Amino acid sequence: MHPEKQKHTFEPKIIAFVCTWCTYAGADLAGTSRMQYPPNVRVLKFPCTGRIDPVFILKAFQQGADGVLVSGCHPGDCHYIAGNFHARRRFAVFRKLLEFVGVDLNRLQFSWVSAAEGGKWVEVVTDLTEKVRAMGPMTEFRELALEEQWSGAINTPELEEAYNQI
Amino acid sequence: MSRIGVFICHCGENISRTVDVERVAREVGLLPGVAFSTDYKYMCSDPGQNLLKKAIQEQKLSHVVVAACSPRMHERTFRKAVEAAGLNPFLCEMANIREHCSWVHENKEEATVKAVEIVGMMVERVKKNRVLPTITVPVTKRSLVIGGGIAGIQAALDIADAGHEVILVEREPSIGGHMAQLSETFPTLDCSQCIMTPKMVDVANHPKIRLYTYSEIELVEGYIGNFQVTIRKKARSVDEDKCTGCGVCMEKCPIRKIPNKFDCNLGMRPAIYVPFPQAVPNTPVIDRENCTKFKTGKCGLCQKVCGPGAVDYEQEDRLIVEPVGAIVVATGFDLYNITEKPKGSMIKGYGEFGHGKIPDVIDGMTFERLASASGPTGGKILRPSDGKEPKQIVFIQCIGSRAREKGISYCSKVCCMYTAKHTMLYHHKVHDGQAYVFFMDARTPGKAYDEFWRRSIEEEEAVYIRGMVSRLYQKGDKIVVMGSDIAVGVQVEIEADMVVLATAVQPQAGADALAQKLGISYDKYNFYSEAHAKLRPVECATAGIYLAGACQGPKDIPDTVSQASAAAAKVMTLFAKDKLEREPIVARVREAGCVGCFACKKVCAYGAVEEKEIRDRQGNLIKVVAYVNPGVCGGCGTCQATCPSKCVELDGYTDEQIVAMIEAL
Ligand SMILES: Cc1cc2nc3c(=O)[nH]c(=O)nc-3n(C[C@H](O)[C@H](O)[C@H](O)COP(=O)(O)OP(=O)(O)OC[C@H]3O[C@@H](n4cnc5c(N)ncnc54)[C@H](O)[C@@H]3O)c2cc1C
Ligand code: SF4
Ligand code: SF4
Repeated sequence: MHPEKQKHTFEPKIIAFVCTWCTYAGADLAGTSRMQYPPNVRVLKFPCTGRIDPVFILKAFQQGADGVLVSGCHPGDCHYIAGNFHARRRFAVFRKLLEFVGVDLNRLQFSWVSAAEGGKWVEVVTDLTEKVRAMGPMTEFRELALEEQWSGAINTPELEEAYNQI
Repeated sequence: MSRIGVFICHCGENISRTVDVERVAREVGLLPGVAFSTDYKYMCSDPGQNLLKKAIQEQKLSHVVVAACSPRMHERTFRKAVEAAGLNPFLCEMANIREHCSWVHENKEEATVKAVEIVGMMVERVKKNRVLPTITVPVTKRSLVIGGGIAGIQAALDIADAGHEVILVEREPSIGGHMAQLSETFPTLDCSQCIMTPKMVDVANHPKIRLYTYSEIELVEGYIGNFQVTIRKKARSVDEDKCTGCGVCMEKCPIRKIPNKFDCNLGMRPAIYVPFPQAVPNTPVIDRENCTKFKTGKCGLCQKVCGPGAVDYEQEDRLIVEPVGAIVVATGFDLYNITEKPKGSMIKGYGEFGHGKIPDVIDGMTFERLASASGPTGGKILRPSDGKEPKQIVFIQCIGSRAREKGISYCSKVCCMYTAKHTMLYHHKVHDGQAYVFFMDARTPGKAYDEFWRRSIEEEEAVYIRGMVSRLYQKGDKIVVMGSDIAVGVQVEIEADMVVLATAVQPQAGADALAQKLGISYDKYNFYSEAHAKLRPVECATAGIYLAGACQGPKDIPDTVSQASAAAAKVMTLFAKDKLEREPIVARVREAGCVGCFACKKVCAYGAVEEKEIRDRQGNLIKVVAYVNPGVCGGCGTCQATCPSKCVELDGYTDEQIVAMIEAL
């Protein structure tokens, strides 16, 4: 059942934003069923995917996450009537923005996992972990952060002009 | 500075087998803000909880993190314990190191590191937790029931018998709904009128029930415990207080040929009428569309003959506002109408069955009226076209139902049983007649139901043909029914005198409009949605609103009555307390920053966001901001993620708390 434990050189950090009613409960079920999955994921519980602000995803990447999972109730199953629909719409737009900023969208996964889908939770988490592991560490934001620290010292003509306009 | 206490549970060996709990306690003990950390075999046990309480008091803890099982399991337990020790319960969080850690990993080192991180995240979160006071709202102990079919009647009687006032609103001139139209009822064949009318009279006489018939819901405002409902009482043109129900007006009205909807248009009624003789209330109503007085200004006969002077042509619609604490929705069903293709219907239509052009092709409810002793034929089964007794009768089930290609995929649930009933009633009345039934499957779960169905075949000689009908057409005074018997694999052709179609049970017209007024959800067919298909089958997701009867899905009478009593019990549970407590996980608006864009209002599925005017001391309007009504807010937080100026915050899930967790990584 369990494949031979392999040693990896890179252990990705995965952050999962999940809703209480479906995916969190699904992850609980995976636990009660004693299913096994990689220990790379950290779960943040929200009442509803509708509460998940895209800023949190940015923040997670900035904080060093290599992959982010957002998961909630299946369409139509939202405990709060329609929160997941709003979330879906919001993230559809947000993905475009991320892509524009230069983040590889393969690092951000959306899924619907119901309270009954312990197996699906394991699958989603395992797949994402392996995918991100293959991609290697997420460096884009860290490089940006470094650049930001430097930017005060660099004085390009463009920057100077921009400063003067403020 | 916070003094956080962290308690790591072994859960027997469930956690400690894969997580080094002592090491976790040691390592998180070093985190800034943690004043105390320990591990214990069973935190949820009595000694475990006492350990927690003692530590809070002795160590003067300001916040608590219990690292144990899922919060879905024991959050309540620990929050109660924390409260008992004098802390606000919302200053306690759980870190899930069992379901999300020890049970899903085998490597002890990996699991321990993960557990430390999970607890660390919760430590950072709990620092940002705020004291949340429990929210209490008052409860108005009066209930509104919408719809006066058997569901609404049962719910109203139960609630009223418990001593609470009930406002019962019915759209038609009389209560009774579809059950009042039925002849005899499966599975016992007792006469529907005989069991229904006494209940209708009970409603009329109950001192706690206020009945509004010929009335509709105009507007619903407020929230659980505190609804304000505006009811439109349509002009009846007859004063209910003066009318004695003598019926002289109905006898004298010269307009006599209006098809009576109650009799499925088989019988006729005058322009001033009661839908059926046992109507409650027994006060006539003038059908203004067909009344000469309203059409031309002439006539006025009914007013002249009315002894008590009850007829009032000047009467107008009245709007009445009633405060209620709970609402039971019991608006029932309607049958899919094959005679006309209703606009916007999901069903694609049944052209192959004549589309209502063959007068002796009727639906199940029409058959009920024919079989009813108080119906237009006095209970004789006669063809609508020529009044002859049909000697060959064909019943076709599943018209519209279970026909995905036609638009509806659900089962209407009652047709198998009422068709069996119809074959029996037919056989009792037309001894030398033969009934045929085309069916897909016989679905007869229910107490004494299968026995009943078998009786229709074994004792009442109905011939059941498994298969569908492809076409019907008129030939002379016969209707030729062409179908296939898939059990034998042959084509069948029957020359019938009459055909009865078991058409699909659908929600009442306007069910969606009513749902929008109430703020409740409905499925794609317009049936109202329960909060949980199994565990909360009578509650709406919107607090304080309950469902009863066929408006939630096709149902027979026993199920309808059970659900109605269940809804009534829910209402009584709500009314058992004077004040309502709810979890304080609600959104709050920071008014100073709110720009009044109301993006939050658009996304709130609960209708919790209101507009609030901010005025200066002179009373000049400064701005309009959003206000979240804590009684209505469902606590999803969608508004917060939507607000462009970050001015609405969900208590318990603030940005601060979440960012603190992310930063702990
Ligand atoms: C042909 C046929 C035969 C049947 N035979 C049997 C049988 O033998 N045994 C059995 O157990 N069941 C039988 N049933 C099922 C039975 O009729 C239903 O279970 C029952 O009538 C459901 O009751 P209800 O109160 O939910 O709905 P309804 O009887 O439809 O009552 C709903 C009421 O709400 C009112 N209303 C609707 N909308 C509004 C609104 N917006 N505002 C105010 N009022 C509104 C309506 O006017 C109506 O009075 C049969 C059904 C059919 C179609
Ligand atoms: S006034 Fe209208 S309701 Fe009255 S008798 Fe004349 S037609 Fe009938
Ligand atoms: S938290 Fe959800 S329910 Fe409450 S006001 Fe905001 S959107 Fe509406």
